[in-house]
Amino acid sequence: MNRWLPFEWIAAVRFLREGKLQTIFIIGGISIGVGVIVFMSAMLAGMEANFIRRVLTSQPQIQLLTPDQVARPLRNAAGEIEDAVVQRPSQRVISIDQWPKIRAQMLAMPEVTAVSPTITGSALAIRGDASRAVTLTGIEPDTYFNIVKVPDYIVAGSARLTSEDIIIGTELAKNLGASVGDKLNLQAASSANRVLTISGLVDFGNKGANQRVAFIALRTGQSLLGMIGGVTTIDMTIKDIYAAETIAKRIQAATAVEADSWIATNAQFYTAVQAQIYTNTLIRVFVGLSVAFGIAAVLIVSVIQRSKEIGILRAMGTSRGQILRVFLLQGGLLGFVGSLFGATMGALALIYWHAVARQADGSEFFPLILERNLFIYTALLATVTGLLAATAPAVRAAKLDPVVAIRG
Amino acid sequence: MAEEILRLERVCKTYNVGLPSEAEVLHDIDLELDHGEFLALMGPSGSGKSTLLNIVGLLDRPTSGRLLIKGRDTGLLHDNELTHLRGHTIGFVFQHHLLISAFTARENIMMPMLADRGFPSAEIAARADHLLAEVGLGRFGNNLANNMSGGQQQRVAVARALAMNPDLVLADEPTGNLDSKSADAVFELMRRVNRESGTSFLLVTHNLDLARRCDRIIEVVDGRIAQH
Ligand SMILES: Nc1ncnc2c1ncn2[C@@H]1O[C@H](COP(=O)(O)OP(=O)(O)O)[C@@H](O)[C@H]1O
Ligand SMILES: [Mg+2]
Repeated sequence: MNRWLPFEWIAAVRFLREGKLQTIFIIGGISIGVGVIVFMSAMLAGMEANFIRRVLTSQPQIQLLTPDQVARPLRNAAGEIEDAVVQRPSQRVISIDQWPKIRAQMLAMPEVTAVSPTITGSALAIRGDASRAVTLTGIEPDTYFNIVKVPDYIVAGSARLTSEDIIIGTELAKNLGASVGDKLNLQAASSANRVLTISGLVDFGNKGANQRVAFIALRTGQSLLGMIGGVTTIDMTIKDIYAAETIAKRIQAATAVEADSWIATNAQFYTAVQAQIYTNTLIRVFVGLSVAFGIAAVLIVSVIQRSKEIGILRAMGTSRGQILRVFLLQGGLLGFVGSLFGATMGALALIYWHAVARQADGSEFFPLILERNLFIYTALLATVTGLLAATAPAVRAAKLDPVVAIRG
Repeated sequence: MAEEILRLERVCKTYNVGLPSEAEVLHDIDLELDHGEFLALMGPSGSGKSTLLNIVGLLDRPTSGRLLIKGRDTGLLHDNELTHLRGHTIGFVFQHHLLISAFTARENIMMPMLADRGFPSAEIAARADHLLAEVGLGRFGNNLANNMSGGQQQRVAVARALAMNPDLVLADEPTGNLDSKSADAVFELMRRVNRESGTSFLLVTHNLDLARRCDRIIEVVDGRIAQH
């Protein structure tokens, strides 16, 4: 006997070891449950991470815009509306009012991790005979690259962006027959016009975006779009991406700007992910419950089988509390050991499935993410589940009347 | 002079109080046991001997009457205090289900000490080995309880009852399941412990031959004491 282990531990381990077959079967059951949970959670985490990486590194999590310009209906002197049919005005591109103040306000919010003012507008990119309409985005690279990870998407050249540089999408470059180092003539609607050098090509994995995207320095953008000192959007990232919608609503209520969250702009995608998370949680809960019931059933039987021994232990001066802990510990141990086997099984299944499952284009179905935390939490949860499941049997064991137990 | 270890005053025990099956099994039991005394408790089966032993052993409470152990009125004690008093004052030897099968002989003997201290120690193990040698099973320490004969198991049970150095050992037909040779060995073992360390014994037995070798015989008939 190890002298560091308490009485309760020694007795619990011995009881489990003696009831070999029961112990093996229940640990098998727990392992399968835990394995399923680990496998599903890790696969979903991989898919979710994939999705989030795609969506959230190529677009801001919250974007502040000028509010929609609305026409007010004509009223007479008494304040009554005279002509109620109001036509929506065409939306002029205008700068966000007092944007440096709003930026400072955003930076002061504890939830916000990055803020970057940008200017967006359309222009014509001309090279030789070819010309294409592009969406110009004027950015401050230092802050903007924290929000949209442009450097991660660069496939040729670099993410350098001086006032003479432009980064364009791969499709656009193809259409214009241009590559890194070539010059492009940019012509804005205001008929302002600038010649810029292509410093890099980006591929966002989306043909539409790759055909239109063009990044330039903020100042270059301001002068091209005729809005010196102005910005059209303020892009932001936040700590908890799932709080984006709530934070956006709060910002909108507190300022004069419109705030769009990635959740609202990707509503369909977001709902799909949420549904998966929800399903996963549901499965976890029910697998956890069936594991708990299994542990409880095995321990109840064990208490009945061992009632005489419990009576003897009580006669020898073992307290009710000690008996209670002996059985609680058995539940916890079953949960913990089962979770170790289960996590291993789940991880192996995941590695195998990751190697075998392929998407139509041969790329991986989901990225393999085996986080240490998943294993720690699963082991913890299984142990706690075991303890909880053992409560009823343990209380029953502790309440056992030694006289009845010994006589029976 | 002999000081008193146990005193029962008008102890009654009724089972299933308030139910149709209510039955008074012990009626006005008065009993004293002195330090170092070896008492035989006889009587027909169903007469209430085990009930009496369970009450004396603090596993059960009397319905009425007083039970004093070493002068202490046990009726005033809480469950945990009873457990503690039982662990430190009383050792049990039962007829059936003798040892805990998941443990070795040594560990079975260590069990009362382990339950009391919470953690094992070299000292506890040494005491268990000493007791094993004492009951003539020095070589059997690592045997699982189930791998021993009935007589050997019962000797281990006696050693276990002695582990906490109790003042009183209660033995409920400890030799009932043993052949006469093993029964004799177990009895002599208890008698020797009684002589050498002054531990009191309350021995329930049907064996008149063994009972005659005790200091005193008491007979229980229909829940009453018939003194000899
Ligand atoms: N827990 C109990 N509930 C009801 N009756 C009991 C209980 N224990 C013992 N009895 C009854 O009490 C009487 C005495 O039993 P017991 O003390 O075991 O006698 P002995 O040990 O002398 O054979 C018997 O009639 C038995 O049926
Ligand atoms: Mg009996």
